[in-house]
Amino acid sequence: MSEFHMPSLGADMESGTLVEWNVQPGDRVERGQIVCVVETQKGAIDVEIWESGIVERLAVEEGQKVPVGEVLAVIRGAGEEAGKETPAGQPTPAPVPDASGPGQRLRISPAARKRADELGLDPANLTGSGSDGSITLADVEQAAATPEPEPEAPAPQTPAGRPTAGHEAHAAMRQAIAAAMTRSKREIPHYYLGNTLCVEPALSWLAAYNGERSVAERLIFPVLQLRAVAMALQEVPALNGWFIDGTLRAAEGVHLGVAIALRGGGLVAPALHDADRLAPDAMMAALRDLLTRARQDRLRSSELTDAGLTVTNLGDLGVDSVQGVIYPPQVALVGFGRTAERPWVRDGQVVAAPCLQVSLAADHRVTDGAIGARFLARLTDLLTEPDRLWPP
Amino acid sequence: MAPLSRDTLRDTLRDTVTDAILAVAPEADLDALPPGRPWREQIEIDSFDFLNILVDLEKRLGVSVPESDYHELETLQGLLDYLESRLAG
Repeated sequence: MSEFHMPSLGADMESGTLVEWNVQPGDRVERGQIVCVVETQKGAIDVEIWESGIVERLAVEEGQKVPVGEVLAVIRGAGEEAGKETPAGQPTPAPVPDASGPGQRLRISPAARKRADELGLDPANLTGSGSDGSITLADVEQAAATPEPEPEAPAPQTPAGRPTAGHEAHAAMRQAIAAAMTRSKREIPHYYLGNTLCVEPALSWLAAYNGERSVAERLIFPVLQLRAVAMALQEVPALNGWFIDGTLRAAEGVHLGVAIALRGGGLVAPALHDADRLAPDAMMAALRDLLTRARQDRLRSSELTDAGLTVTNLGDLGVDSVQGVIYPPQVALVGFGRTAERPWVRDGQVVAAPCLQVSLAADHRVTDGAIGARFLARLTDLLTEPDRLWPP
Repeated sequence: MAPLSRDTLRDTLRDTVTDAILAVAPEADLDALPPGRPWREQIEIDSFDFLNILVDLEKRLGVSVPESDYHELETLQGLLDYLESRLAG
């Protein structure tokens, strides 16, 4: 048996609300499958499971808010017999759906028990409304009948099953961003480096690539930028990872966080997986998929945890340069400004050429300016010699 | 369908373009945009949004905009002029 826990989807996440189960006991699950939807400060997240097997039981009901690390479900591996689960190792008691008869254990969810403790309520006096008669968090809250607005209620649902992106959701996301950025500026000694580069070759490469392609099949410039960052990171892995327990934990693979501004406010930076291994069209497709799902509030748990470095592009908003704030526990952030015609010296002549500024913000605890400079030089080379981006 | 008069075509185009932009940026107030100024920055249309708008316009109008013509689309006025001339041509 193995346990499937409430994942930590970011350094500042303490708990999440299980909004929806996509599987039921008895269902087969495969590694990477989306098994539930969890509402977090960053919106509703499709949570993947990383173990294949059969769902033995679900330990948390829809609508329950539980802390990170709480057992959400128990998974039986291939070849294991049903019902051989050992309770040892479970951090907190979970409701047992098949318990019955006199003297049975009180059916109460871990979150409900915790809340009841906080409120000084005896769970034995509560009436359960859960599917198996278990006491849910909502029951505790109802019994407490506090005059405060219900803080732990599941978010209102749209017909599609997603929470509405209402005022509360925005306030929660604002809070999450505030916490992460405050931590970043408090803990991370940033250093900043920047380059100005002529992107005429890159734009020509892009124009030739897009050529006669229909609009829907074209690449956008950020694909080249992300590719260049990914390849430069391969050569300077010290900028790709997380600062944990006083040291750099290197990321496995090159997964780039892509900062995406959400309409109506807010920001997410989900991971574009394997950015160093995708061919141009595959990279565009992956980026399109990521941007589309980010704006539909349909990101996946792995996308919130895997990025080893974040890239932000504020050029479309008319910004010339970015002095980025690192997203902890990452150790660097790359910022792109806008492409605009600037005076550029070529062969001793001043010409008008499309230029942009790229910047690196990096964590001085992990790297020094020399490492950052090497990364930025490599990035600049790749963007000014775009034939090297996808070598044959 | 009877041929549209020039004014009717312009109105229809304006509605179509408005629909395509609002599909991507529902909160945008296009009437409040200063005419003759670049529109994308003002309503936060990034390169991906822009591509989606062009895909949408291609579907609605059958006009595929080559990348080399993007510079003609910087203002809403320019975008309408461009589509109008493409449809007339």
